[in-house]
Amino acid sequence: MTDRITRKVFLRRAAASGSILTVPGLLAACGGGSSGPGTAGGSTEAHKLAKTLHFSNWTLYIDKKGNTHPSLDQFQKKYGVHVDYAEDINDNASFFSKIEPNLSSGQPTGRDLIVMTDNSRYPALLVQKGWVEKLDKSAIPNIKNLIPQQRHPSWDPNRDYSLPWQSGFTGIGWNEKLTDPVTSMGDLLGSKKLRGKVGLLTEFSDTMCLVMGYNGDDPSHITDKTFNRAMTTIQKAVHSGQIRQFYGNDYASALSNGDLTATMAWSGDIVQLHADNPHLNWQQPDTGGDIWTDNMLIPEGGNVYTASVYMNFVYDPKIAAEIEDYVNYVCPVLGAKEALIKKDPAVAKNTLIFPTKKQLDLAHNIDPNALNNEKYQTAWQNLISA
Amino acid sequence: MGLGLFHRHRGATPYLLLAPGMLWLAAFFLVPLGFLAYQSLESGSIIAGFGYAFTWAWSNYSSAVRGYTGEFERSFEYAGLATVIALVVSYPVAYWIAFRGGRWKNLLLLFIVAPFFVTYLIRTLAWQTILSDHGLVVRLLTDIHLISPGGRVLATGTAVVAGITYNFLPFMALPLYVSLEQIDQTLIEAAEDLYASKWRAFLRVTFPLSLPGVVAGTLLTFIPAAGDFINAQLLGSPTSHMIGNVIQSKFLGLQDYPAAAAMSFILMAIILALVLVYARVVGTEKLTG
Repeated sequence: MTDRITRKVFLRRAAASGSILTVPGLLAACGGGSSGPGTAGGSTEAHKLAKTLHFSNWTLYIDKKGNTHPSLDQFQKKYGVHVDYAEDINDNASFFSKIEPNLSSGQPTGRDLIVMTDNSRYPALLVQKGWVEKLDKSAIPNIKNLIPQQRHPSWDPNRDYSLPWQSGFTGIGWNEKLTDPVTSMGDLLGSKKLRGKVGLLTEFSDTMCLVMGYNGDDPSHITDKTFNRAMTTIQKAVHSGQIRQFYGNDYASALSNGDLTATMAWSGDIVQLHADNPHLNWQQPDTGGDIWTDNMLIPEGGNVYTASVYMNFVYDPKIAAEIEDYVNYVCPVLGAKEALIKKDPAVAKNTLIFPTKKQLDLAHNIDPNALNNEKYQTAWQNLISA
Repeated sequence: MGLGLFHRHRGATPYLLLAPGMLWLAAFFLVPLGFLAYQSLESGSIIAGFGYAFTWAWSNYSSAVRGYTGEFERSFEYAGLATVIALVVSYPVAYWIAFRGGRWKNLLLLFIVAPFFVTYLIRTLAWQTILSDHGLVVRLLTDIHLISPGGRVLATGTAVVAGITYNFLPFMALPLYVSLEQIDQTLIEAAEDLYASKWRAFLRVTFPLSLPGVVAGTLLTFIPAAGDFINAQLLGSPTSHMIGNVIQSKFLGLQDYPAAAAMSFILMAIILALVLVYARVVGTEKLTG
């Protein structure tokens, strides 16, 4: 804590959040009011770029060359803004909990740009609570390149607060050196050969969609009956010792070093992991998986203008294509496809970037009501933590 | 008059010296503990936003006990095992350094503390690599038929206990060393002069004199180990999670702060009760020597 907090300031900060008597509220109130050097100076300084853009993202989610990120270097060259790129998001719930004490007490999070998934309840909650800044659309002319099907999500109908980063599928990844192809949920959850070598995801929606598909239930309309059936299926696999652990993005290292033979996995990750382990494969299970979109958001106190300029930069089809070529996810930017095929014709056949109709038909959206069902969420957290 | 002033000052000095520590504890231990207690009696819903309200919700406590007995039991089982193993492993080491270390004593002690130069999390992650299914340890254990082919160490309760033991070992070894080092060697010689065998001299003289170290070491290991969640999360599986994991998920996964706070209090109460029983059985005078 660099600055002294008087009792009055302390009380005001804590009271502003209505959370004076909560531990996270207290911690946030003790967090100090000054932002570190180069931290987002708040949204008031319009149309002046910050020196540094603090960007929190998931692992395996941006172009990489050695230890550098070429697209970020280009951004710095063009705008003189250094991007402090942190891969500190492992799953939605724990990342939200990390920034929630700051947000609920009106403190900056030290971040200008974060990426959260629409199959969790957090993007909607952030908008509803007013904990994210409105985009500076005057700085984002490239917003016209957003693909039409992504323009009006129910939780941010006019894309006032968010822009998609990537979309992707959840399916099954496996190590072909250790097992025959694992393409069905039945094998993943039951095959004795995989016992203790299977990972499931901590994300409610990912695991639920795949398990409900396996049970023959519809994850876009969850009822108590189908929910309980899915929980029973997962519990059975856990108690039989089939499941090694529930993972966030950290499943990636366990899969590539051979601790996991097969696991629920996100589509593009596996291609990127080939650099570490060329024996990894990925497929949607035959009973269906899910599709989701990760969204860029500016947490309250982040530098709106700088973050918006960055969003505009990645919505340039050429830049989007560069990132796409590396991450192998589904791109939300119009024209990126053409730019990418021009650069690398072979990529047109890549169904991770350009999914087939069959893939899209097999991919479900999670029932949004289930995300806000406290009973379901509690049961789920109990299952993965206990 | 000068003398009177001196007396007055002497009266205030102990309190002045105590003040920083007391203020520190009040601000960073008692106040947060009070908040936690308050929070543990709140009720509310995350769906309705973060509108928790204080309602004397004792049900947080009863549901914490009802739903998670298994995790509580497992925590104390793992912590107890780790404490016993740490004691058995570090006693000979501390003994050897204290009585045979000679001029190498300080260097040897440094070796015990050396892992602390690396952060807790990194040390535990390193164990993930060491115990990995295709790592050296598993290969070795398979070769000597301690585990069956295709077996594993990582993601089992054994790995969790091993991780806890390793991470808290210095907390056991250092107090043991201090109490062994203080033992007057002539007492042991006297026992041998009185025809006690080396083993008997150890049992009747050395070990009883080292009990303050044993008590301090076991408490310093057991208490943090019972609330640990890092080892179970990184080295365990869903069937070897401890109560710390549940509290962590209530706080960070569900943002259910009241339930998490209530569980923390129950954990504290159980640990306190166990420590009191332990102190009673061993005798409190052993704590201070």
